[in-house]
Amino acid sequence: MTNQSWETLSNQAVAAAGIVYFLSLLSYLVQWASLRKVPVGRKATVSVGVGGLQAAGLDTSPVAGDGSTTTNARRVEMTGRLGLILLGLACALHFVALLGRGMAADPNRVPWGNMYEFTLSGTFVVALIFVVARRRLGLDWAGPIVAAVVVTLLMVGVIWLYEPVAPLTEALNSYWLVIHVVSAVISTGGFTLGGLCSILYLVKERKGPTTSGYLSRVPEPVVLDRTAYRLHAFAFPVWTFAVLITGPIWAHQAWSSYWNWDPKEVWAFITWVVYAAYLHARATAGWRGRNAAYLALLGMATLWFNFIGINYFSTTSQHSYASGAPALTSAAPAHR
Amino acid sequence: MSQTKLPEAHADAPEPERRTGELTLRELGRWTWRQLTSMRTALVLLLLLALVAIPGSVIPQSGVDSLKTSRWQSDHPKLTPIYEKLQLFSVYDSPWFAAIYILLMVSLVGCIIPRTLLYWRAMRAAPPAAPRNLDRLPVHTSYDATDPPAEVLARARVLLRKRRYRVLDGSDQGWVAAERGYLREAGNLLFHLAVVLVLVGFAMGGLFGYKGGVILVVGNGFTNGLTQYDDFDPGSLFDPSSMEPFSFKVDQFDVQWIDSGPRQGMARGFNAHLQYRESPDAPQQTYDLRVNHPLKIGNTEVFLIGHGYAPVITIRDGDGDIAYSGPTVFLPEDAGFRSFGVVPAYDAKPTPIGLQGWFFPTYISVDGNPMNLMGDLKNPAISMEAYVGDLGNDDGSPQSIYELDTSKAAKVTKADGSMFRVDLSPGQSVKLPNGAGSVTFEGVERWTRLQISRTPGMHLALGGMVAALVGLLLSLFIRPRRVWVRADGHTVQVAGLDRSTAGDVGAEVEEVVKGLRQLNEPGPPGPGEKEPA
Repeated sequence: MTNQSWETLSNQAVAAAGIVYFLSLLSYLVQWASLRKVPVGRKATVSVGVGGLQAAGLDTSPVAGDGSTTTNARRVEMTGRLGLILLGLACALHFVALLGRGMAADPNRVPWGNMYEFTLSGTFVVALIFVVARRRLGLDWAGPIVAAVVVTLLMVGVIWLYEPVAPLTEALNSYWLVIHVVSAVISTGGFTLGGLCSILYLVKERKGPTTSGYLSRVPEPVVLDRTAYRLHAFAFPVWTFAVLITGPIWAHQAWSSYWNWDPKEVWAFITWVVYAAYLHARATAGWRGRNAAYLALLGMATLWFNFIGINYFSTTSQHSYASGAPALTSAAPAHR
Repeated sequence: MSQTKLPEAHADAPEPERRTGELTLRELGRWTWRQLTSMRTALVLLLLLALVAIPGSVIPQSGVDSLKTSRWQSDHPKLTPIYEKLQLFSVYDSPWFAAIYILLMVSLVGCIIPRTLLYWRAMRAAPPAAPRNLDRLPVHTSYDATDPPAEVLARARVLLRKRRYRVLDGSDQGWVAAERGYLREAGNLLFHLAVVLVLVGFAMGGLFGYKGGVILVVGNGFTNGLTQYDDFDPGSLFDPSSMEPFSFKVDQFDVQWIDSGPRQGMARGFNAHLQYRESPDAPQQTYDLRVNHPLKIGNTEVFLIGHGYAPVITIRDGDGDIAYSGPTVFLPEDAGFRSFGVVPAYDAKPTPIGLQGWFFPTYISVDGNPMNLMGDLKNPAISMEAYVGDLGNDDGSPQSIYELDTSKAAKVTKADGSMFRVDLSPGQSVKLPNGAGSVTFEGVERWTRLQISRTPGMHLALGGMVAALVGLLLSLFIRPRRVWVRADGHTVQVAGLDRSTAGDVGAEVEEVVKGLRQLNEPGPPGPGEKEPA
């Protein structure tokens, strides 16, 4: 296959994946709507309060035996399963899109050389984590959210960030591209999932206990709070590795100085500090629940502002993917 | 950071003549120290550090991009003096920024020392004795055992030791206490200590290091010394005599231009072929200097960070003598390498001649306007204005070599007063009107911009950061927990206490119970046998 046809394949696969993600979302939404009528079948909780996510997972067993409930329950089960299958299919298409992106470049390379490709890779990681870890972590309730987030981000990527396949700028041409960006993607995904848990926590805490509808399928606030903490605790060391270890090493090689106070670096540091404060406040000040959730959301805001916003606010950033390279440093990375 | 409140030493000895709130100097110092080293202060300082870093990411920084900063300053004449007073153009070098991170460092040190002592004692301490009522603990369970309590407790000791608990035997009072996860606090301390190391390493780079830039036309050499740099930015404690005595020459510079596709016109594959000597009497070596592949000589590193064109221009004066000749560095203005430069011939007779204007690597004419197509040398051309008269080089004021002071000079025009430009392709010459002289565009050479820097403390900072990550992992993922087993008569009680944040000790207690009960049974459970509920 020629580079051109790989690129076409990638674009078509993105479109197809987007459509299938959307169908998956629709299916999940039908399930969501049907769930309004089904009260949650409560499982007996273990005496010492363990079991966490599993216990609060999606339980679709019909409660009463009358006809309409059985039909409804069957619909719930079918739409849920269909949503999952579609999500898996979309994820496979998504992978084809990434593969095509990498194969279309000359020379072949990892598909995260610009913002569009980074978005493509990041959303793929989110979908993949969900598909793989769904059963183990009892994440069934998160299906509609994952489908919605992924399809939205894909649309943002295709509409605003799209760039044709192009060779890497010189400074990106390094194996640190794999290490640095992969760790950044993983931690960004982790923080985002943690942030989603915090949002759900806040919503659920405000609404109070419910017995039917989607929110009742979401784990208890205490479990959400703990899941959010665990996701953040996982993502924070990875972020530290990406931003404060591999980033400076690469910056030193490419830009001659391991810390340049480049706007992207400054904001990555700000994000690091906010999440450090979050973990610290939880560990020593015993901040749980609402205050911790707000701090986590502040961290997520700085994270996403750094990813998207700073490229438009500041043109001095050496990380800027926007065109219009500062000419004096044209041999240096102008396009990141 | 220390949470322990020390008892107020002076509380029981009030001096009668003092008014409320009055402190002696010593007390004030102690109060300040305690405030500074409190955990809340450290958190506030940390968030403050993030907050004050924001202006530096929005306002152009002279240390990051001086060109953009000076442009911004001329665009905002009213704000500039205020910003300058607040040092907003060099936030990260400013005293108030330094004040925050030095305070943070002091606060960290103030936390680490007392906590290390606490940890030292805690690490050597035995687990605390079992509480009287285990069922008051948040996680507890019990079951009926057939074995005598002493046997159950002996089994519990073995089991808990196997699960890597430190065990305290209280069998004579009917309990076993166990604790694990002592390394969490060690990780915590390591993290904070490592952060201090990183700050020290970072400060060392700023104080003792230097960075300098030099633009070298290909074929020219460089000997490491203060006078050889175009710009030089030393740390405040930098010692010039410590500079390494290396020298190098840029032999050749390769660059590839992309001719098609979405990145058409982008350059890549930069390679500056260097010949270098580590010291004047060392053997000559070669190195291909590329982006991402700096040359390391001793503790100094050489980086390739820019390139451009140097048109070779010869100016003859009115007498026909060569007044200026050689490659002149033009600075690129855009990604297409349309470059601006000045060529001053101060020694021309009868009056100095100066040229200022543009160089186009690939010149095309669109409706009579000069345009540049791309950065590759496909059709090089210069288009410059000529000035004669006083170019201001006599008054001794420093002048940039990239600017021409034309305030007292006259622009050269044709005899009829119409516009005159020096528009030349390589090999062409043009006579200036009125017999002022002539200009020849001989050809084009390339220049490379090299950054040379020494950053002491870099490895300390890196090592510190790695240690911080290790400490972080320990402190996040080691779960310190306590487990107690109490056996009275036929009832065995097991309780657990999670001392970390993501407390979920229930599973652990279950495992312990399961272990105790499995050992309790005569043999391993058969294949069809169900686990006891």
